Amino acid sequence: MAELVTSPVISRRWRKPPLIRNPWLRWGLLIGALVYLAVAISSVPVDSARIARGLERGARMISGFLQPDFASRWYDIQIGVLESLTMTVVSTVAGVLLSVPVGLGAARNLVPAPIYLVCRSIITISRTFQEVVIAIVFVVMFGFGPLAGVCTLAFATIGFMAKLLAEDIEEIDPAPLEAIRATGAGWLKTVTYAVMPQVSARLVGLSVYRFDINLRESAIVGIVGAGGIGSTLQTTFNRYDYDVAAAILLIIIVLVMTTELISGQIRRRLQ
Amino acid sequence: MPVTVVNNTKVWQRYDTATRMKIWAGWIIGTAITLVCWQLISNNTRWEFVADASQQLSTFLQRMFPPDWAYAEQLWKPLWDTITIATLGTLLAMSIALPLSFVAARNTTPHPILRYIALLVIVVSRSVNSLIWALILVAITGPGMLAGILAIALRSIGFIGKLAYESIEETSHEPVEAITATGANRLQVLDYAYLPQVLPSFAGISIFRWDINIREATVLGLVGAGGIGLNLNASVDLLRWDRVGMIFVLIFVLVLISETISARVRKAII
Repeated sequence: MAELVTSPVISRRWRKPPLIRNPWLRWGLLIGALVYLAVAISSVPVDSARIARGLERGARMISGFLQPDFASRWYDIQIGVLESLTMTVVSTVAGVLLSVPVGLGAARNLVPAPIYLVCRSIITISRTFQEVVIAIVFVVMFGFGPLAGVCTLAFATIGFMAKLLAEDIEEIDPAPLEAIRATGAGWLKTVTYAVMPQVSARLVGLSVYRFDINLRESAIVGIVGAGGIGSTLQTTFNRYDYDVAAAILLIIIVLVMTTELISGQIRRRLQ
Repeated sequence: MPVTVVNNTKVWQRYDTATRMKIWAGWIIGTAITLVCWQLISNNTRWEFVADASQQLSTFLQRMFPPDWAYAEQLWKPLWDTITIATLGTLLAMSIALPLSFVAARNTTPHPILRYIALLVIVVSRSVNSLIWALILVAITGPGMLAGILAIALRSIGFIGKLAYESIEETSHEPVEAITATGANRLQVLDYAYLPQVLPSFAGISIFRWDINIREATVLGLVGAGGIGLNLNASVDLLRWDRVGMIFVLIFVLVLISETISARVRKAII
């Protein structure tokens, strides 16, 4: 009897359950992570003298942000921003239109295996490479200018939209599909009446979301010559015109925030 | 009414006339905007350069294949640097985003004013692309990996912070009440009521962002912020397309591997 009263006292102390249950995995991951961190951090070269000199530039940059110069390069800024916006609109529209067939083709429950594989590989290539890498290829093809940027963003949009669309289609309720097929409808009619009504609301929501992303990306493809505000921005940095750079950055931030607010409203209304 | 009578037979339509007019107007305005934008882009395009695009592409592909396999030997170090930039950048962002998201979440914020400041930080961080952050940081720290790591971190704080604070706001209130009822102080409530609910999704968000960051880190070198992008930039400038092809192959494999790891881990956590 005495044993029963005294012995459980030690084990009554409660501990939080750990995030990873298996102790071997937990400690192994922790030690591996620490070793990796040590190796990785030691492989980063840090030039403290250069940073000390750079801090003075940083200070100038901050003062540039406090007094952004919109006026002196207003013409270039205006053209660049307008080009970014138009690139965003055209590439989103083109990308969404093209992503619908690719997305349908990448849904396993709708198409035969060869088409599925082709569409999936388009999606994989588009998603693997960062927009700027794709832009390099399109600049080689079309020369410098906004057309290369439009094609880049449209191609990136296809990968993004088609993947999510295909996942959506693969998860649709199969009952309407069967019902429409039972009426003798062909593939196109089945898609129009059984598949699209189930995914179209999300398609619109995703397009609006992708518009945001494309606007953000349209600001950087200019760095490799694919049009938009990016090339102007890079030039201002190379010329140390930090007050102009600050003006451009502020415009980008405000534009992105505005479209994000609008698209958030639209998406909330769709749900 | 959606039902109209035409020639004594009832015709059903999904929308009534006014709604249909609105839908048509929406389509027409949307098409018009797109066409105007396209016009502007078309005006700024040298179409004579576009005319021989297919020829350009075929010479490009011919010069890219076969890739310069021997060049791979010089690419292992930049590839390792790319992974390091993405990983350290993500870790740095995680350590800042976790406390930040608790300040930004409506139910855990210490003060409403602090909450708005945290939300502002998140929005600004999200609005600026990591390549632009890299442009800024290269000017301050000089070219190199450090600028890349900081650029990745600055962009990721907003991404991780936003998704994390949204998941904090969605936590169940019952554990919070239960822990508070034991007399725990604020920190203990965070530790025992919120963290266990939030940590799995925080880990999932972070590994998702890590996978995106690997992709972003491949191009940071274009503005001098280290990684394989430096080699890409140099090879493009020298028109060494066989080397560019080799870099593309490595980037492709790297991103596929990181995406697989990220998807596996997220499936295991959630």
